[in-house]
Amino acid sequence: MDEKIVIIGNGIAGSTLALQLAEKGTASVTLISDESSYFFSRTALMYVYMGHLTKEQLEPVSRESWDQSPIQRVKAQVLSISPEDKELSFRTSEEDVKQLSYDRLVIATGSKPAFYDWKGQEAEGVLGLYHLSDLDRLEKWAPNASACPEAVVIGGGLIGIELCEMLLSRQIKTTLIIRENFFWSSHLPESDAQFVEKHLHLHRLNLIKEDELQEINEDENGHVSSVQTKKGETISCRLVGITTGVRPNIEFLRDSGLDIDKGLLVDEHLKTSDPSIYAIGDCAQLRNPLPNRLAIEPVWYTGKLMGETLAQTFSGEPIKYNPGVWYNSAKFFDLEYQTYGKVSPKALKPKSEQHFHWETDDKAVTLAYNETSGVFLGINTFGIRLNHKIISSWIEDQIEVEKVVFRLEEAHFDPEFSNRYYKQIKHAFVQNH
Amino acid sequence: MHSYRTTSIQKVFTYIGLAGLAVIIIAGFGASIFKSTGLFLGLGLISTGVIGYTFSSYSGLPAGIKNNGIWYRSLTSRGIVAWVVGVVLTAFYIILYFYPEHLEGLIRLFDPLSEGLSGKKASQWFVYGVLYTLAIVLFGIKFIIKYKHSKYQKYRTYSVLFFQTIFAFLIPEIMARLNGDLPYYDLKSIWPLNYYLFDGNYLDGFLKSGNIGTALLIFGILSTLIITPILTYKFGKRWYCSWVCGCGGLAETAGDPFRQLSDKSLRAWKLERWMIHLILVWVFISTVGVVYSYLLQAPESYFVGPKTFIVGISLLFSLVVGLILWKRRNWLAKDAQSSAIAIGSVVLLLLGFFFFSQSDRVLFIPSYQIRSAYGFFIGSIFSGVIGTGFYPILGNRVWCRFGCPMAAILGIQQKLFSKFKISTNGGQCISCGNCSAYCEMGIDVRAYAQREEPIKRASCVGCGICSAVCPRGVLRLES
Repeated sequence: MDEKIVIIGNGIAGSTLALQLAEKGTASVTLISDESSYFFSRTALMYVYMGHLTKEQLEPVSRESWDQSPIQRVKAQVLSISPEDKELSFRTSEEDVKQLSYDRLVIATGSKPAFYDWKGQEAEGVLGLYHLSDLDRLEKWAPNASACPEAVVIGGGLIGIELCEMLLSRQIKTTLIIRENFFWSSHLPESDAQFVEKHLHLHRLNLIKEDELQEINEDENGHVSSVQTKKGETISCRLVGITTGVRPNIEFLRDSGLDIDKGLLVDEHLKTSDPSIYAIGDCAQLRNPLPNRLAIEPVWYTGKLMGETLAQTFSGEPIKYNPGVWYNSAKFFDLEYQTYGKVSPKALKPKSEQHFHWETDDKAVTLAYNETSGVFLGINTFGIRLNHKIISSWIEDQIEVEKVVFRLEEAHFDPEFSNRYYKQIKHAFVQNH
Repeated sequence: MHSYRTTSIQKVFTYIGLAGLAVIIIAGFGASIFKSTGLFLGLGLISTGVIGYTFSSYSGLPAGIKNNGIWYRSLTSRGIVAWVVGVVLTAFYIILYFYPEHLEGLIRLFDPLSEGLSGKKASQWFVYGVLYTLAIVLFGIKFIIKYKHSKYQKYRTYSVLFFQTIFAFLIPEIMARLNGDLPYYDLKSIWPLNYYLFDGNYLDGFLKSGNIGTALLIFGILSTLIITPILTYKFGKRWYCSWVCGCGGLAETAGDPFRQLSDKSLRAWKLERWMIHLILVWVFISTVGVVYSYLLQAPESYFVGPKTFIVGISLLFSLVVGLILWKRRNWLAKDAQSSAIAIGSVVLLLLGFFFFSQSDRVLFIPSYQIRSAYGFFIGSIFSGVIGTGFYPILGNRVWCRFGCPMAAILGIQQKLFSKFKISTNGGQCISCGNCSAYCEMGIDVRAYAQREEPIKRASCVGCGICSAVCPRGVLRLES
């Protein structure tokens, strides 16, 4: 009989694994989700509210191919698991609790927005931006500027800025409150953070810096009326977006006996403390993080890569999870951002790490390198697209930053006819060194 | 409800544009209130409306993708407005194409303009040409402003504007003024798009017009056999479809707000492959038949006799298909190979009919009838009426995708031997779906990007919008 593999969570990690296992056809695969019947791209939720995409267009794999695949999809909420019996209990919409047994279980339940017990956080009009249902609630609470003239977003990460862009697209006056002195300076060097901030002002985002949420005030109907900051400012609003980060969504495993820290602890084969249970995606925490990488990395491609890695392992050729050189990308309104390798923000920057920053009105680049050896460590670009494979190989090969500056054009990935800035960058670098 | 409504300034300009339309309609019914100024007043108001709307939509906004609210607007999400516009446009085209006598007043309105250009009175085709060119110019300006951050988008739109106004519109009019016998010839229109090029009366026209006529005829043949494959090898089919072609020009400019409506289903893709290639067979056979019957009328008058012609064409065709199948046997999909063999055999069989029956009949149907049926169903109904009238319902490239035999030929070339492809950028894709949604040709771009594979599809017209809307810098057109 086929091995019975049960996957909890149909996000990028769980769905990638399920699809690859189905392609190999050696196991029976059950995919459980309480969020949606079909896998969708969470990173693109914003485009539905903004009217660029329909909900169905978020789905990377067509409904037809899901329906034709041998994967059993179950829309249900998993309540608990019992590793000793190799069994889990779940509840479907019909409210009755059922049991399901497995040979191997994969937890891919992702994250959920981190709320920090603020007064009033349960009020109508307070939400995170993560779950498919957040989209419906946003549509209900902030359909337009007359129903919701003002909104406040707390926390200036990538999701926070997306939520601001969404709200501003419907002419809702939006204030973003961040703890840092510059936008996202917890992740970006100050020069980059300041550069992004200039762009945010172009889009009429009201930015309050070095302040935090104190409490949320409600009106007599239990709906948000204003927020109060720690510095004592009161801002009236009909919507509060909480985007102060995400945390692994593993509440239901607290009593399972599995080793848990912030996330579900896994080894380099993505196995938890139970030999039949694995964890992939945002909910997994590596016991031994790889050099220059974090133990929990809630980004799209790591979920995908973990799914692929585990599919390989399940097919009998175990491989270790190895995401290689860190990279990521985002878009702040119209400003595209790419990052490769390590470009530390001020607070985390070791003395030996030096930065070279170059910018024009709408383009910027920061290169990081080791002061003594001159070895290239990483690069941030704004408004310039670079070739992932080439830049990664330069970081892996530890080539000198000077060579990178002189050869940067080899990694050119901007559309045809775009202005090329490589000569200017080279010139500025030579003048500085 | 959402607030992606038209602003009051946008509304004002919409009304100005509609007022222009009303002036033309009223004047077209022969009302004398506007006298001869009706045309220029009407077109002027329409232009003011479109340009004013454009500036009120985009001025003051930072450069970037402007797709907010597309799926919430009736016109761009197959709502009631979309259906009304689609039906009205289609009805107008049908009357203009087939019942121009009902538009006599409208056509006469264009006389001053036509007389100024070619010295002749306006025909229904002149009216069509003016409105078509005006649409490309006005919505081209809108497109350029909308995509002001992208040089690729701007340059190809300049190119399309140039080819439409100069090559498709002005040069033929001026040529007609200089040499009355010369048939209408749009230099950028290449067989099989100008399927009428080898009709008897066209051939007569060319051959009677001395050296210019002969040169044009030779240029026409060379365009198809030599120039086209070389350019497609170097740049992909985009050199034509989204830089030169008039159908593509209208689709990219006036049709831009409708690109997300293309059908992305597997069913649509299957239909597309069969339809476009069968239409190619149809135009090929009817053209061969028409030339054959031309040669049959006076077998001794030309340097090539009817029999030699058929044998030559058959050999050339077999050579091309055979070469493709042999050279690309390793990576051409099985179903593509078997379809090519099936279609190739049918073509040879049909050519055989000509040869052995010694007449221009295929299955007892005279080739001029096959040719005129093609002209009616494909040249007029599909390309002219459905292809443009149904933008708001079927998307802006329906004709290019399902009907255009030129796109079919260029697509085969692009798939088999072009340097063109869309590269994907490592692992940066987040499967958001913008690329697939805004692909006017219905290609599931995301499916390739998330597998980190380059995109090499016959149907890709290289408009570059997938690359523009990608939020993560994943896609790059290359050749």
